[in-house]
This record gives sequence, structure tokens and C-alpha cells, in this order.
Amino acid sequence: MSFTNRPMSIPRYRHGSRVPGWDDAVDLTKPPATVPDPATTEVPEELRATVEAAMAKYPDKRSAAIPALHAAQSMHGWCSPEAIDQVAAVMEVTPAYLEAVATFYDMLETEPRPIHDDVYVCTNISCSILGADELFAAMLQAAEGDATIHVSSFECLGACDLAPMASVNGEYIGPLDPSDAPRIVEQLRAGQAVLPDKNLRVRPCQDPNSHPEGHNGDAPSSESH
Amino acid sequence: MPKLLLFDNIDEPGLATLPVYERRGGYQSLRKSLSMSREDVLQQLLDSGIRGRGGAGFPTGRKISFLPKGDMQKYLVCNADESEPGTFKDRELMQKSPHMLVEGVIIAAYAGNISKAFIYIRGEYQVQADLVEQAIADATAAGYVGENILDSGVSISLVLHRGAGAYICGEETGLLDSLEGKRGNPRLKPPFPALEGLYDGPTLINNVETLATVPHIIRMSGAEYAKLGTEGSTGTKLVSISGDVARPGNYEVELGIPSREIIYGLAGGPPSGLPVKFWFPGGSSAPVLTGDDLEIPYDFDSMAKAGSMLGSGAIIIADESRRVLDTAFKLAKFYAHESCGKCVPCREGTNWTQKMLQRIYTGEATPMDLDLMASVQEQIIGNCLCVLGDAMAMPIGSMVEKFRPELEAEIEAARAANEAAPLEDVVPMGVADELAGPLPVH
Repeated sequence: MSFTNRPMSIPRYRHGSRVPGWDDAVDLTKPPATVPDPATTEVPEELRATVEAAMAKYPDKRSAAIPALHAAQSMHGWCSPEAIDQVAAVMEVTPAYLEAVATFYDMLETEPRPIHDDVYVCTNISCSILGADELFAAMLQAAEGDATIHVSSFECLGACDLAPMASVNGEYIGPLDPSDAPRIVEQLRAGQAVLPDKNLRVRPCQDPNSHPEGHNGDAPSSESH
Repeated sequence: MPKLLLFDNIDEPGLATLPVYERRGGYQSLRKSLSMSREDVLQQLLDSGIRGRGGAGFPTGRKISFLPKGDMQKYLVCNADESEPGTFKDRELMQKSPHMLVEGVIIAAYAGNISKAFIYIRGEYQVQADLVEQAIADATAAGYVGENILDSGVSISLVLHRGAGAYICGEETGLLDSLEGKRGNPRLKPPFPALEGLYDGPTLINNVETLATVPHIIRMSGAEYAKLGTEGSTGTKLVSISGDVARPGNYEVELGIPSREIIYGLAGGPPSGLPVKFWFPGGSSAPVLTGDDLEIPYDFDSMAKAGSMLGSGAIIIADESRRVLDTAFKLAKFYAHESCGKCVPCREGTNWTQKMLQRIYTGEATPMDLDLMASVQEQIIGNCLCVLGDAMAMPIGSMVEKFRPELEAEIEAARAANEAAPLEDVVPMGVADELAGPLPVH
């Protein structure tokens, strides 16, 4: 199976129409719905085990599509045709089915990337009110030219109390300032924990009534305002 | 000091672990439930009057009673795909007290005679998912989940499922499709999930906060719980407050307290000292209210009467220094990005609303565009399978209605600025494309 020569991003005119010839690379002679042959598709043992374990958790094996693609992505860096073929061979579904799933979800990458660190900068309402656009621009600039750090703007990550914030490989940090961007990149490159003092894990609940008497919930977090 | 239910000493070290949760009386409600009949447990939930905390506010007990009786395979799905902009209450609950959720899921499953339960958590909540996963494993090892729970003969399995980043999967039928391993497209209703949901079986879908409240209702009895809050909105509610406030965060309040008390009393109001210009009372899908509406009691019915909604209980505040246009544009862009594309009014309506707002920035818009925008919103509402389109149409419609003079002034100002630099940013459709060359798709 090879559909590696498909166009990765379709060129478009400014008004949105696709530039003629955009579909030239599609191989129309290829059967669209073939499950990859398990005998000829090499699947790394680790991936096979993860996918099979995920399939066993559900009454219907197809429910494992998202966890399986996640596992393949972390191994390949993105949902590459090879990654999708491998998952399809184990799950016994067509690559087209998995590609349909992969293109739907924001966390599944359908553009070529090396294995990378993910930095999601929230640019939704609460964060943008408090300066998320500047933060995003600063993050892009700080990570410019480094393919192993993938900075993307994300819709509400569910941490508006940290606004403006970012998720670095799943760890929520905030409130951030554009000047934090170079340090985030530095710490990522050094393999260190990123801004541990701004991590969500150390933030107490803000409701003063949630704390037993004599303990003021505001005190530990006062520097975060 | 009011006594809290969900947030009572939530920062206690180790609360996410089983021994500390048990020491605080954890899983006693499960024991109590298993000693009662399923009907009695359901009756407690009906008596409590609790309404769903996810956004729609449907009475939880009634929802369970809609499930068909009998021994067919039924499912419970906990909706932990908390993606409504401004909402982050479930995140704090799952991170700090995951066992409370697990206990609630098992009790609700018992009440509905359900043997398979799932928690669908959004993919971005990786830290929280790991904690819930650990909690499920520990609870299973201790006999609170799985086969023959506490030697009662009742078996309920619980599986954590991680999403991968799609707002629409918070819509209950989109969530079910996603959990089945498909694209998260909402389904046509009816059939409602209570009759035909996950894997075509009867399915109960509830929000994290709703289920986490269940152990407290069983502990204190439904009648006792119903004494909290107001008649139509019983109990306490977690409120996520963010934007222009001094102390953004989650607060647990009794339903029915004045909104001002939350915004100024608990969260400290705008740090700039400026008055509140507009605010979302229930996530970004709720029609905006203005600074004149701060006295409205914070409960389901009062918010509906004021023309907005309590939604997920997420308050976003913008003070006088903020432009309505900026928030409207972010909002439209968000919904255009998250529309699954299944229904035309939503797919096209969100996209064109975003483009119309963009035109205001570039100085191409006229005040007539506001009428057009308002009419587009009207044509989205009620015309789609799910309410994602409505969720954009309602707040945008309310912004055009309440802030029309400001938006008209924005249009005039941008037009004036645009004439000073004629047509530099404004490329007529199709004319300059060859010159500009093809743009890469975003």
C-alpha cells in the first residue's frame, strides 16, 4: 500500500477554491477499501500489543480507533500512511476508515512531523481577553525552525482560570506571559519540567469555603494573579 | 461559612488516592445504595430534584427512569468531554477527587440496572485521565468496581475512554459516535439515547458534576438535598469564572444566589476596577448579559427568564475596556472550526458569520451586514441535528442586538481607516489570485 505521494496540503486560491490539479496525485486505480494484508504489513510489537489491548476493552473493536491512532502517532510522530496501515492491519479495518477518524480530531496529526513535543496555546475567549494572541505569536517565534517542537493554537483547553495558558505535552501551565516563551522552549530542549511553578497541579482550589478553617485558599496562589 | 458538598476540603493532600477518600467516608454511599433496592436509589435521585450539570439542565432522576426496564444490555456514559469555552469545573473535580466520580458512576449504574459504564474524557485532559484511570484501577482492586461489587452480586464494569480533541464530542450523540470509534457526528433524534444509544443499546449519559453529586445525595437523602438551592434548581453548583476577574477559578455556590455575589463577592470583580461590560452566564453558548443584569439570581429558571441560560455554569467576564467585536469574532471562529459539517445551516452559517465579522475588521462591512448577520443566526437556530449552530447563533445574535451602536461605530471606523489606505488588504474575489499565488490551506 502506498499513498505517500498524495498532496499533504491542498493549495487554494484566496477565495477558497482549490487550485486545478489538486487531485492529480490521487491514485484512482487503487482499491479504496482493502484491509492491509497482515502477512506483508510489518507492525512493531509494542504497537500491536497496545492496539490489541485497547480493542479488548470495548464490546466493538472499532471503539479502539482513537486510542490506537494515538499510540501510532506517538511512535511515528504523526498519523502517517505507514502508521495508519499498521493500525488498520491489527484492527482489520480499512485505512480509509482510520483516515476519516484521524482527520476529524485536532490532536491527531495528519501533516508530516517528526516525533515532537506538543505545545497547545489556548486562543479561545477567556485566554484571548487576557492576551493569548500575543502569547501564541511569542511561542511561534521562540520555537521557529525547530521541527521537534510543534506549537499550535487550540480551542478552549478547559483551564480559563490559568488564562492565558498553554498545554505542554499534556501539562497545563499558566498564567503565562509572552516573555515565558523562550524559557518554555529552552526547558523542552533540555528535557526538563516546563515552568513547574506555573503548573496546574500546584494550584489550589480558589473557593475559600473549600478549605478547612484557619487556612486561606488565596494565600498560596496570590502570586499567580 | 457555608458547608460545601463537592468542594469540601478538596485540596486535602492525597484525596485522589483510595485510602484518603475512604477515610473521609468514601464509598459508604455505594455500600448504602447496594443495601437499598434499585427503585429506592432512583427515588432518592428523583426526590433530590437535581438537574443535569452539563448544560441542558434535564432532571437526572427522570433521565434514568426513561431507560427501558428489563435485562437487556444497557450502558452508562459519563460525559467528561468538558470543552465548552469557559468551563473547567469537571477538570478540578476529576483531578482532585476522581473517586467521587467513580463512586457516583457506579451508584447511578446500579440505579439504572446498567452493567457497562464508560467515562469519555477529552483528550487534552491527560493528567486528569491518568488520575481517573488510576482511581478506577484502585477501586476495582478494592472491589468497588467490576464483578460482584462488595459481594452484592451486582457487576458493573467501568472503562475510561480518551477523546482526541473535538468540541462536538461533548454533544451526547456525537460523543456516542466518537466512543464507537467514528467521527464524532451527532445523530438524528429521536431515537433518543435512552432507547437507542451506544452500540444501539439504551444509554444513560450524564455529566461529571452530576454523577459526582450522586454519592452526596445518597448520603444526605434526596429530600435533604432538595432543601438546598431554589425550588426549580435544587442543590449546589460548581461555577467556573474567568476573564476579567481578580480571582478566576471554580466556586461551589448554592443555586439562586445573586450573580453579583459570585462575580464580585467570590471572584473579586474586574481587577481594572472598570464596570462589567458583558458576561456569559453559562459558557460561550449562552446569550450575553450586560452589566445591568448582575442582580439576576444564579439558577436555571432565572437565567432562562432573563433570555440566557445557566448552561454549564461557566461565567466569562469582560470589562469596559474590551471590544465586543473581538469576542464575537473569536466565538464565530471557534464554532466554525468545531462544526462537524453534517448540517448545512451550521456548517455554512458559522463560516459565513466568521467571514462577515472579518469584513468588519478589514473595513469592507456596512451596517447592513449586521442585519444580515442577525438573520443568518435566526436561520441556524432550530434547524440542525444538534445545538452547536444554535450555540453560536444565540450569543452572536444577542451581541448584535445589545451592542449594535458599538458594532456600527466599529464598522464606520474601519471603513474610514480603509479608505485612507485604499484596497491594500482588501482583495476582491478572484481578481488578484493569480498575482497573489495559491495560498497553502490552513
